[in-house]
Amino acid sequence: MVQFILERANYWAIIGLMMVGLYITFQSANMIKRLVGLSIFQTSVFLFYITLGKVAGGSAPILFGRDAKGHGAKVDHSADPGTHGTEVAHAETHGLIEIYSNPLPHVLILTAIVVGVATLAVGLALVVRIRESYGSIESDEVRRMDIGVADAQDADALVEATS
Amino acid sequence: MTSHHVILRVVSKLLMPVIVVYAFYVQFHGDYGPGGGFQAGVILAVSVILFALVFGVPEALRAVPARFAASLAAIGLLLYAGVGIWAMLNGGNYLDYDFLVEEAPGGHAGQHLGILLIELGVLFTVSGSMLTIFYAFAGRVAEIRDEDW
Amino acid sequence: MDLGTSLINVALLAMLFVVAVAIIRMRSLFAIVMLAGAYSLLSATWFVVLDAVDVAFTEAAVGAGISTALMLGAMLLTSRTAKSERAILGVVPFLVCVLTGAVLIYATIDLPALGDAASAANSHVGAQYLERVQADTGVPNVVTAVLASYRGFDTLGETCVIFAAGVAVVLLLGFGERSLSARSDKGRSRKESK
Repeated sequence: MVQFILERANYWAIIGLMMVGLYITFQSANMIKRLVGLSIFQTSVFLFYITLGKVAGGSAPILFGRDAKGHGAKVDHSADPGTHGTEVAHAETHGLIEIYSNPLPHVLILTAIVVGVATLAVGLALVVRIRESYGSIESDEVRRMDIGVADAQDADALVEATS
Repeated sequence: MTSHHVILRVVSKLLMPVIVVYAFYVQFHGDYGPGGGFQAGVILAVSVILFALVFGVPEALRAVPARFAASLAAIGLLLYAGVGIWAMLNGGNYLDYDFLVEEAPGGHAGQHLGILLIELGVLFTVSGSMLTIFYAFAGRVAEIRDEDW
Repeated sequence: MDLGTSLINVALLAMLFVVAVAIIRMRSLFAIVMLAGAYSLLSATWFVVLDAVDVAFTEAAVGAGISTALMLGAMLLTSRTAKSERAILGVVPFLVCVLTGAVLIYATIDLPALGDAASAANSHVGAQYLERVQADTGVPNVVTAVLASYRGFDTLGETCVIFAAGVAVVLLLGFGERSLSARSDKGRSRKESK
């Protein structure tokens, strides 16, 4: 049981961080604060992905040592009398001598981070434009102004229809 | 606005070339260590952003015009897409780098060339876009006085 | 996982929580933006612990660098403080978040243990990339090889998104001509005053 909890404690902590980001996004009326909450949520999702790609005892997915010497490495390896049995067996099953973490989540998240800042920039640009038109970046105030304008238009239409 | 920030100006003048060189190190060492076009593009953009923050946006716009930054982004994307077309013209699939140069089977020259070119494309696009975005925001701000903080 | 790594994990997670909860309680937007930068930097540190050096590099440069600068720029154009929220509004979001979190935590029971080399995520295509990259591309950094070569289409799409975002921001805010015109106005007024 303790083992089970320890193996998953990281996931739960990340989910906690995600929910903090979600809470900021929901609860805050200020649009910049909302975007900050969204980016916290996003970063937590990145953390979750990278956690899934971690391999125990592995290192960063940059080939080093004999793995980096190209496809000739295996030949060198079998010719080398100094290597001991476990390594040979390992190399035969995996083709690699060292253990590496899974590179695929890293690739996906690397591009997602840069795309994330690009979309954040678009969001901030929209907030700036909203501020210029409404004079406020609190979403409830903006909504109130919108409702006020819509009511006034409705009243005008009513006046025109009756006259 | 910046007349009294002497230390800031001197230090950032020293730092900027180092940042640019580091960006290119990250770019071209990306095959062998952590790094690549995305990171290098951001670092390159940061060197100009530092300049803009210390010396003011108008000065930065004179050094690196916004039109240039926007064109850089477009050129990078075209370069990336062009590598794919080049591979197609040589008889391969889109973005199949093995067809870029003629070589013996098992050779990696085509792969290295392809990766180098598309990473350059990514560098141009990311640095150009980030700089354009920064200019768009910073260019809208009236001059920031110290009391504003 | 050994004791040292676990301690670093706990310390970094604790700091991430402190920063995130501090953001909830803050009202000064300047402090919020700075704390968001700190959050990015802390998560970059955690990426290094989890072997994702490329991701850590990107997060430190992009998350802590550029996005903080952009948020500061946007903050200067809008306002410095958030309006204080009424406490009653926070109850419903809080319940929703607790519920969502509980459902997600229930889902993690089926997930493989942390660092499991035989999990579905780590044993198929990711392992294939690691084994074949040297023969296929000759590039030691597997992340770069997968990013640029195996998944070149994907990266082309991402690059398009970044370009499109740049275009969208320019359409919304312009190229920054305003500061140039402000400058020429100032020059003109200076000349006039002379």
